[in-house]
Amino acid sequence: MEQKKVLPFNGTQEQAEKLAKVIAEHKGQPGAAIPVLHEAQDIYGYLPIEVQTMVAEGLDIPLSEIYGIATFYARFTLNPKGKYQISVCLGTACYVKGSNLILEKVKEVLGIDVGECTPDGKFSIDATRCIGACGLAPVMTINDDVYGRMTVDEVEDVLKKY
Amino acid sequence: MEKVNITINGQAISVPKNYTVLEAAREANIDIPTLCYLKDINQSGSCRMCVVEVSTARTLQAACVYPVSEGMVVTTNSKKVRDARKTTLELLLSDHDRKCLTCVRNRNCELQKLSEELGVTDITYDGMTIKHDLDESSPSFVRDNNKCVLCRRCISACKTIQTVSVIDAVNRGFATQVACAFDKELGSVSCVNCGQCIVSCPTGALREKDYTGDVWNAINDPDKYVIVQTAPAVRAALGEEFGFEMGTPVTGKMAAALRRMGFDKVFDTDTGADFTIMEEGTELIQRIQNGGVLPMITSCSPGWIKFCEHEYPDFLPNLSTCKSPHEMFGALLKTYFAEKNGIDPAKVFVVSIMPCVAKKFEAQRPEMGGKYPDVDVVLSTRELARMIKQSGLDFANLPDEGFDDPFGQESGAAVIFGATGGVMEAALRTVAEVLDKKPLENIEFEAVRGVQGIKEATLNIAGMEVKVAIAHGLGNARKLLDDIRAGKATYHFIEIMACPGGCVNGGGQPIVNAKVRMDKDIRAERAKALYAEDKKSTVRQSHKNPDVDKVYKEFLGEPCGHKSHELLHTHYTARPKY
Repeated sequence: MEQKKVLPFNGTQEQAEKLAKVIAEHKGQPGAAIPVLHEAQDIYGYLPIEVQTMVAEGLDIPLSEIYGIATFYARFTLNPKGKYQISVCLGTACYVKGSNLILEKVKEVLGIDVGECTPDGKFSIDATRCIGACGLAPVMTINDDVYGRMTVDEVEDVLKKY
Repeated sequence: MEKVNITINGQAISVPKNYTVLEAAREANIDIPTLCYLKDINQSGSCRMCVVEVSTARTLQAACVYPVSEGMVVTTNSKKVRDARKTTLELLLSDHDRKCLTCVRNRNCELQKLSEELGVTDITYDGMTIKHDLDESSPSFVRDNNKCVLCRRCISACKTIQTVSVIDAVNRGFATQVACAFDKELGSVSCVNCGQCIVSCPTGALREKDYTGDVWNAINDPDKYVIVQTAPAVRAALGEEFGFEMGTPVTGKMAAALRRMGFDKVFDTDTGADFTIMEEGTELIQRIQNGGVLPMITSCSPGWIKFCEHEYPDFLPNLSTCKSPHEMFGALLKTYFAEKNGIDPAKVFVVSIMPCVAKKFEAQRPEMGGKYPDVDVVLSTRELARMIKQSGLDFANLPDEGFDDPFGQESGAAVIFGATGGVMEAALRTVAEVLDKKPLENIEFEAVRGVQGIKEATLNIAGMEVKVAIAHGLGNARKLLDDIRAGKATYHFIEIMACPGGCVNGGGQPIVNAKVRMDKDIRAERAKALYAEDKKSTVRQSHKNPDVDKVYKEFLGEPCGHKSHELLHTHYTARPKY
């Protein structure tokens, strides 16, 4: 399996204490792993090996099992979100208007895959379902900015604004 | 147990209430195909190979997990059932590396057998396939996910039985695979190399790392003096590869085969085991008499050693400093034996045939050797069987031969090392006699035998109460150690073996399919062969082995003396858990 690009972990003492508290609240409960992972992701924004190890250790659940859960549910992410979160809509209307080509172009320009973050922490890419702006298809959003009727040629210029 | 009446394929049968449909059918001599099911290890109902029609449910149900109930009518072989199974199997095979001819499990593969039994002659699903890279990072084994059927038997063996838990199902849907956390390689995680995953695997997705080529090269090298030694548990299982009934000892034929394959000397690791008892027994006596760290825990099982290093580093001072028997023997072969026979130790090549794949890792530990490694190559029982087949020997009709001199004699105590409780019993046979200073009336310690997960006994030795415990399977070892940590139990001496049942059920032993494992307890059947051999032995205590005595007189001096410490003892290293 291709190893995804890993950013250095920058967890703070405060985050670790918060997570320890969450773990203490759930420890010993059946099915504790999923709610703890949810809260861990809220605290850190993602679930890198350092965070999953804290959860595994704290709940006394094997790390392999924690990782199995984290990779099973789409809600969990192993990669941090960038300062600018790019979402390319792959809903039906956008897709038939060629949004997959927009996505490919974004990936090519940034050199990362869907679900990943650039090494400088600036951009991350998500492929989303319909965002309800079908009239503007194909649509891409960067944080709260919406770019409608996108073309492949415009991608680079749009990214340069950030 | 209360019974219920059910009907299977028109046949009325009365079975215990807690049976599954699969168990009931087995009792009625009706075969239901299975794949993910492995008795006592994995009962998840996930592969859908064992589906049957039952009167109590609308849809097909997995027989391996569906409980029987009064009046239930079961059909195991209707067209609907057969079609469902065949479709499932074809879908499984559509993303399977079907290179059976060159697969290590060819003719011993449960998937291949199912394909034959269910009449799969063509794979009609020509869908997507995933190509996985091999994981060859471990010195002990290879993982080939291209042959994995996601039955999860290996995961259960690793997680539930051994509590090592380094593998699990990761990702989702078609991308699901068995892997370590964060897709790390097996060689870089806290895997203990026990190989229980290999003997649980129905296909060739997990296999030992094969070193038979290295051994053939050494045999063919006129410059090398190639010595082979065989562990006790090997003789109790090797016969299974050649059609012998499980539990038939084939010691004599094995020695004959090894000689004909071209080894210069054929020795028995039992000799090494007798040295282990001399050293470990003396170490125990010294620890008891001098206020050393107790309980002392055996160190023969390299899977257990690595487990202790990763998971229980606080118990490292409790581990006996003795090397395992084949390493002790290897060290003596490259010093005492080479010297005595005028052979350059650089040319001596020691091959250990072991029921174990963790020994492959152990032999590569830097502390296992001085100028030369104690042991050059470790082969599993399965690899030995492969070499015998490659030699064109008619194994079943070979004469029974003995081991070579000067180590032709071994004790019955050493033979039983291969079964859980065996090392403990062998040690007691010597320690009790040395401390009591009079011959033992009964040398058979029944209390430490058998397949119960944790065994305990209190013995009166030389007016002292000696408390001993035995654990086999690392899940049981964990329970025992946790109790000691919590102060709930205290002992003087503990035997721990990584594999359930001890070495007879080691990760390097012949692989027994799930159907046979439903009816037979491998651990007990193979152990019988060892206890039978012990009973026949003329010498049944390690300290009475004349060959061993001679080496102490001529070379080592005394047990736990200076030379012993240099050659026969070792040290351990705490390792991280993650």
